[in-house]
Amino acid sequence: MKLVTGVIQPHRLDDVKSALEAAGVRGMTVSEASGYGRQRGHTEVYRGAEYTVDLIPKVRIEVLVASEDAASVTEVIVAAAQTGKIGDGKVWTVPVDDVARVRTGEHGVDAL
Amino acid sequence: MAELDSGLTAWMLVSASLVLLMTPGLALFYGGMVRGKAVLNMMMMSFGAMGVVGIVYVLWGWSMSYGNESVGGLFANPFEQFGLGGGGVFDESGEAIISDGLPLIVDVGFQATFAIITVALISGALAERVKFSTWLVFAVLWVTFAFFPMAHMVWGGGLLSGDGPFAGIAEPVDFAGGTVVHINAGVAALVLVLIIGKRKGFGREPMRPHNLPFVMLGAALLWFGWFGFNAGSAYGADGVAGLAWVNTSTAASAAIIGWLITEKIRDGHATSLGAASGIVAGLVAVTPAAGSLSPVGAILLGLVAGALCALAVGLKFKFGYDDSLDVVGVHLVGGLVGTIMIGFLATDGGLFYGGGFNLTVVQIIIAAVAILISGVVTLIIGLALKATMGWRVSDDAEVGGIDLAVHGEAAYESLGGARKTTEVKA
Repeated sequence: MKLVTGVIQPHRLDDVKSALEAAGVRGMTVSEASGYGRQRGHTEVYRGAEYTVDLIPKVRIEVLVASEDAASVTEVIVAAAQTGKIGDGKVWTVPVDDVARVRTGEHGVDAL
Repeated sequence: MAELDSGLTAWMLVSASLVLLMTPGLALFYGGMVRGKAVLNMMMMSFGAMGVVGIVYVLWGWSMSYGNESVGGLFANPFEQFGLGGGGVFDESGEAIISDGLPLIVDVGFQATFAIITVALISGALAERVKFSTWLVFAVLWVTFAFFPMAHMVWGGGLLSGDGPFAGIAEPVDFAGGTVVHINAGVAALVLVLIIGKRKGFGREPMRPHNLPFVMLGAALLWFGWFGFNAGSAYGADGVAGLAWVNTSTAASAAIIGWLITEKIRDGHATSLGAASGIVAGLVAVTPAAGSLSPVGAILLGLVAGALCALAVGLKFKFGYDDSLDVVGVHLVGGLVGTIMIGFLATDGGLFYGGGFNLTVVQIIIAAVAILISGVVTLIIGLALKATMGWRVSDDAEVGGIDLAVHGEAAYESLGGARKTTEVKA
């Protein structure tokens, strides 16, 4: 099993969610995140005082998938989240030792 | 006994209620400008002023401001009408005494709301770092030794009024509180921030306003309440009140534009915080002048006040004092602009209307005397409190958030509000 994690632009979330549903992914976890990459930040001015805001709001999505689906799910997220501009984010995959479904106690691929 | 004017009385009751609403409005205006970890404390400083000053006013505030036993034109005897007794507000049979058509007890309510907001205005300079207990004690001392005397001097027939020594040059004008409220509070703010010092990280860490919609809502409530402040100060439901109303609103409108143009040129953006700040700057400037300008004069005053205050809020970074929410830049500067520009723009006696320099001179004198008195009184109170109770919360409390440390609350779950509710003790 793999955990696919994407940090994407907040306004792309709905499209990514729909695309993953269409691709047969049955669940995901979404959380608010902030950070920066090559985009760095932007400046804001309050009563003439300039602030450089270098942590920008992002959305983090996490999807647990069977190992053989990881590559295709990654491609679905990349395609749906892409605007082509700097700041679009990243998607990465890590191996997962075990997964348990809380309701039934099932383990492994059965719990996905 | 004089005849009751029911129209006037109704208007003054409404005006008093409008002015009272300004203080919660100010709490939102200020609360939105601080960081999320300090918003409750910021708002509580306004609500705290509503608590203590509201009590003090009926006990000795009215007597010190408008009592009959003036002490050298500086203040009136606080004990003469202590607790609204002594026959000043009620006669022997307990009936409200009517003066110029208005029951004096209505005037007590109206004036009390001015005392409350003037104290609350100062709190903007002290954001995020001051002990709540010290603030409440300060509120009692400052309103007693700075506000009531100033109200007596300007409006109660004292030193700076039409009965004072400067009236020989020209009759001083402070329609609704340019000196008593705004210069007074602005100077107090400046003196206090020099005594208590900067927030940790001032000038290094970002201290961005955490909720600009709060700020705009607060500015809207202040604008609405200011109609009571200024048009109510006409003490009539008449054409003077109408003129004050129109001048008040017009100056606020013009000051939005003055501020936005200034920051668009300087910073490249017309901001919501700038619009909200411009509203307040214009309202401050027109406060002393509302009854003596033409509406076109109010446009000019508003534009100047908006532009000058937009420039003045940058001074704290240049001089390194942490007037956190710009009480000096908006209230002191705006109050001075309004008080002094009366000398030019007053349709009766102003320089632009052929009145010569006398009115300008006398307006500068009353502004200077107000600065001096407020500065000295605040310095004494501020240093005394520093030596006794202390002003600052601990470094940990300030960095971790004054809301949790001082009030045991958090405004938002992400700041610890959720953690607090994990164990419920009934």
